[in-house]
Order: sequence, then C-alpha cells, then structure tokens
Amino acid sequence: MDIRAQVSMVFHLDKCIGCHTCSIACKNIWTDRQGTEYMWWNNVETKPGTGYPTQWEDQEKYKGGWERDSRGRLKLKLQGRAGALTNIFYNPSLPTLDDYYEPWTYDYKNLFDAPEGDDQPTARAVSLVTGDFMDTLEAGPNWDDDMGGSEVYAANDPNILKSLSESEQQSLKNLEQTVFFYLPRICNHCLNPGCVAACPTGAIYKRGEDGIVLISQNRCRAWRMCVSGCPYKKTYFNWSTGKSEKCILCYPRLESGQPPACFHSCVGRIRYIGMVLYDADGIEQAARSPDDGLVDAQRALIKDPYDPEVIAGAKRNGIGDAVVTAAQNSPVYKFVKRWGLALPLHPEFRTMPMLFYVPPLLPVIAAIRDGQYETTAGMETAPADETGPNLNTVDKARIPMQYMASLFTAGNVDKIKHVYHKLVAVRMYMRSEQVGDQKEEDVQEALRRADLTPEQCISIFELTSLPTFEERFVVPPMERERAMDGELPPLDPYSRKAAGGFGFRDAPARRF
Amino acid sequence: MSDVIFVGFPYVAVALAVLVGIYRYRSDTFSYSSFSSQLLENQKLFWGSALWHYAVVLILLAHFIAFLLPPLWGGIIGGPLRFPLEALGLILSLVGFVALGWLMMRRFSTRRIYVVTTRMDWVVVGLLLFQMLFGFVISLSYRWGGEWFVSSTAPWLWSLVTFNPKPEYVTAFPFLIQLHFFTGFLLIALFPFSRLVHLVAFPIGYLWRPYQRVIWNRAPRPGPGFRTS
Repeated sequence: MDIRAQVSMVFHLDKCIGCHTCSIACKNIWTDRQGTEYMWWNNVETKPGTGYPTQWEDQEKYKGGWERDSRGRLKLKLQGRAGALTNIFYNPSLPTLDDYYEPWTYDYKNLFDAPEGDDQPTARAVSLVTGDFMDTLEAGPNWDDDMGGSEVYAANDPNILKSLSESEQQSLKNLEQTVFFYLPRICNHCLNPGCVAACPTGAIYKRGEDGIVLISQNRCRAWRMCVSGCPYKKTYFNWSTGKSEKCILCYPRLESGQPPACFHSCVGRIRYIGMVLYDADGIEQAARSPDDGLVDAQRALIKDPYDPEVIAGAKRNGIGDAVVTAAQNSPVYKFVKRWGLALPLHPEFRTMPMLFYVPPLLPVIAAIRDGQYETTAGMETAPADETGPNLNTVDKARIPMQYMASLFTAGNVDKIKHVYHKLVAVRMYMRSEQVGDQKEEDVQEALRRADLTPEQCISIFELTSLPTFEERFVVPPMERERAMDGELPPLDPYSRKAAGGFGFRDAPARRF
Repeated sequence: MSDVIFVGFPYVAVALAVLVGIYRYRSDTFSYSSFSSQLLENQKLFWGSALWHYAVVLILLAHFIAFLLPPLWGGIIGGPLRFPLEALGLILSLVGFVALGWLMMRRFSTRRIYVVTTRMDWVVVGLLLFQMLFGFVISLSYRWGGEWFVSSTAPWLWSLVTFNPKPEYVTAFPFLIQLHFFTGFLLIALFPFSRLVHLVAFPIGYLWRPYQRVIWNRAPRPGPGFRTS
C-alpha cells in the first residue's frame, strides 16, 4: 500500500447558477497575461453544449486520455513513445486557437478620442493576438452559454451524438423539453494524468503531498503534446512565452491555508474541497478496468482515513497528522465514498480525474405543466394531485439518463440511476419530515432503493443545503515550510527552484 | 585571411555555442523552448515543418557521418551507392529549401505568426535558407563534393578538433563551398542566441522514462511511476 494525499473537490451541480464568478476570479489572478488571454483554467459550460474548446469531449478528434488495447493494456490514445518523437515537428491532434477563440479587447480609447461627428463613436473589437481590428466575432468563451436546445451548440454536444438515438435527440429540441445545466470545469489533477504521460520532456509532474499536477515552466520545451494528451483540454499553450500552462489549484493559496480562488468566489457555494487518501499502487490496475467498472474501481482507490493500516501507510510516506485529520473530516470523502453521490467526469478517459460532480436533479425533474414551469414535478405524466419528487421521477426524467451516464459513468445507466435514486430519496425523506405530504410507504421504498438510512438523508441534506465555510473547505495549510525546517533534515529552499513550479525570478517573457 | 575564416572563426563559433549555450541553460533555462507556433496556425505548418525538419535532419546526419567516419563515407561514396545518395541529397536539399521558404512565407503572410516572430528568427531562417540554397547548388554543380569532403573537408575539421589547424586543406575550394562553411559556422555561433537551442532539447529520454512523474517535496521513498507498454 502506497498511501498518498490528494486535494480533491466536489461540485454540487444542483447549486450551480452559471454565473461564471469562478472563471473571472481565476482569470484575474492567473491568466490575464499576454499569451494566456484565451485560457480559462476554470470555465463553466452549458450542457448540453459543445463546450470549450469546441467539442473537447470528442476524443476521435483530439485523441486525449488513455485507451485499452486488445490485450487490456493501457496506452495513450494520442500516440506511442516513438510516435511522440516522430510527431514532434507537427502534432496532428493539436487544437488551434480557433478551436478555442481569438481573444479580444475593445478600442475604448476611441470613445474619448474620436473627432466630433454625426455618429456616436464606437469601440471596435481588437485582437489580443495580432492587435488588428476584428470585424466579426465568431466565437468566444461561453459562446454556447444557456443554448440548451440549440441546433448549433446543444445538438452538436458529443455526448448527445454518442449516447442518444435520433428520436431522443429530436425530442430534446422541443421547446417544452429544452433543458440545460451548468458544468464548471477546472483541471482534474488526475491520478493517472494524460498530460504527464504525454509530455516528451517530462516537464509535468504530480506532487506527492497534495496531488496537484504542475508544469515546470523551466523544463517545458513547447512540444505541446500535453495539450493533446489531456482529454479535458485543461492544459493550454501560451503562444507568447512558448510554454504550456494549466490550473495550479492555487497552490500558493492552499499552502498558506486559503482555498483556491474559484472555490472562494463561488456564489452558489457549490464547491466542497477536502483531502482524500488514496492507494497509488492500485492506480494502474484501476485505470485498466472495463468501462462500466471504472467508477467503482476509482472509488476503491480512495481509502478509509480511519483505517489504522491506511493511517500507518500515510505516516510512512511522511503525510502529516493535520492532513490525516483533514481527510477524516473531508466533505469529498463523504460525497464520493460514504454516500456515493459524487461521480468523476468522463471516467472512460481513464485518467482517474480527482474532481467529482453530484449530478443535477432539478433539470432532470423540472417540466412545463399547464403552462407553468414546475421544478418539482415529474415529466408531463405526473398526476395533478401528486406534487414533489416521487418514485417515478427518475424514469420520467426530462434529460435521458443515457446522456447523464455518458457524462459521469462511462455509459453505465444503472450507476447514474442509482445516484439519482439517492438524490430523490433525500428529497422525499426531507419533504416527508418537513411538509408531510409524502406517503410513508413511498418514502420507505425510496430509501430502500437508494440504500440510504434516514440519518444519512439528514447528513446529506445538511451538507448540501446548510454547510458552513469550514465544512466546505477542509484543507490544512500545506506545510511547505515544514519541509525546510522541521523534524526532517532541512532542505535548501532553492534546491528545487529549477525543478518545479513557477519558481523563477526572471520575467516569464520571451527573450530570444 | 584564411586563418581568420577557417581557423579563428570556427573556434569562436563553437566556443560561443558551447559556453554561451551552457551559460544560458544554467542561468535562463526558461528561454529554452522550440516556440512552436502550431497553436496559432495549423494548416500551412504541416507541409513546411514536417518536410523541413525531416530533410534537414537527414542532411545533417550525412554531414556528421562524413565528418566522424571519413573512410566509411569515402567507401560508400566511391561505390555503387554514389548515384542514389547524390540524388537523395539533391532532392533533400531541394525539399528542405522549398519547405523552409514555405515556412518563411507563412511567417510573413500570416498575421498571427508574424507578430510572434522576433528579429533573430528572421536572421536564423534567412541564413538557413541561404545555407540550403548553397548546399543545393553545390550538390548540383560540384558532383565530386562528396569525395572532397573525405579528402579535404574532414581533415580540415579534424585538424581543428585536434588543435593542429590546417586551413590549407580548404583554401583552394571554390568560393561557394567556402561560403557554405562560413554560413555553417555562423549558424553554430548564433545557436545560443536564438531558438536553435531546441536542437539539444530533443526529448529522446521519452523512449524509456516512466509515464508518470511524482515529485515529493521531501522524498519519503523513490518516486514511483509505472510503465504501461
């Protein structure tokens, strides 16, 4: 057993209002420099939608992540080792700037400096790459925002195209059935990252203490294979400095005990962040599981932080008491392991992503009835006297379960249904407690079906609806300072300067 | 004069390449990058970049073999492979020249690429273009160049390596060939001051490194990683 610690996050999608505050907080801190304007380390997508970069989930196009070969071995979908060296002069699977968008600003100065005339002066769009005026803006971040039902965006969602039949696709375009929800995405800080494996130089690495995946800016040589290797398209190429960059999970903030900026600014408080302990020895085996076993295999990697053997393993690897304690109080562990509510995004990419999502119930159960938008009804056929979530809610879901399964369980419909059964059971139980209009036998049946106890329902309800900041953010300061003077031999703070992270003192600008 | 061009200058060029190259790597590792522009322009790059790189790698390989193992090269060039090799060299230099010209046009005509091109980029790409042209014309008009390499160029280079310089080996060469030598060493001299440093960054280690890399701030045990193929 090789126990390591990981900072992990849960997104409760029912609470996401799609305000993009997280994206803006991240952009203002990390990606407002030249060459990074087009990067959104954190972005919020509308699903169904094409996403950013366009159709990033289509791995036949972008070749991200891993696949199993005929003998069950794991290989990068992008290329083999020799392929990396022969494709180095031209990467056939690299997204170009137009797959993201050309970043721009506006010529605001003209509003002040324009000569007097008959018309109002305008602020024309100016490209942040070339500095030229842009006559038409054809794409931008969140260009598909709220475009559920759109022929251009929603209809071309790779999950829709892959998982739904022609008639199901057609039915989602009916106005009454138009549906969408939001999907915030940052780097997943995977256990089996495709970017690390694809980097020819070995410039990308995962930190043992907290699992954060970083690109050494000093070692990156712009071979740009990481951009293709990441199936989530969360490594980006800085065209100005000639280096790849990605989400750093705000490690300078984490190390001083602050949460990441995207987390801290979240208006809907949808995010939970905490430590989990996992067994690194099992990663490869888990990543080789068949598609419908991937979710369970990944859950099995996350170990019980109360198990003495696990704690001893953590100690062996130098993981401090504070981290173990945090892992024991981790909201992520509760959502992912104890309750089984949170699922990884696209586990079939086999990178073992370490961010988890509680799938949204509201867009699934909401419907238009008698001209009224009814958020608590089952779809159209629910009897008029039957209010609130009920035993049939999931079967009558407005979004086909195949679609949600394609996002969160590698196509395993039973698995995603089980999660929805849990979400419905919590609603039904809490409603029976507080409103009292649920049939007792229905509630019991819902609990039985969801493998939940009333106590668990209350815990889930409390952590979902009433959590304090301290309950959502359970990460100790990362104690970097202890590495330099503590019980362990002192480490020269500069000895790793050239080896990792953003630790350089010259301006990160192009000089040659 | 020939001492300056064929003795002093090569020494200066190689010294610059090695010393400044190492100094730059140690003091400014960040600047070591191939500065790929593929993100900004994808279509024209394919033919230009792939053809150029493969052509120039093969051409350089032939030069290095001829330099390091003159007897071997002399044997090959004196045998039945002479004509195919000459034809291949001619084709490669033409391909390299055209592909590089194509890349230069791409830099000039694509706005996104133009704005990320530095002055040194233009100098290097211009010199390379001339160098390819010289090589092409030489291989076309001096068909015995391959043998000259064995009998004169290689001894001259080895005389430099052994610090017993004998420029007289090459002073009688036609002007174009001498110019080819000069431009070659000029490019070596510019190596540490340009993006050419990406040559030494070629990631051959990818063939055997473990796929995953884990770094501990303090190492509790050797960083594990696994191979999957």
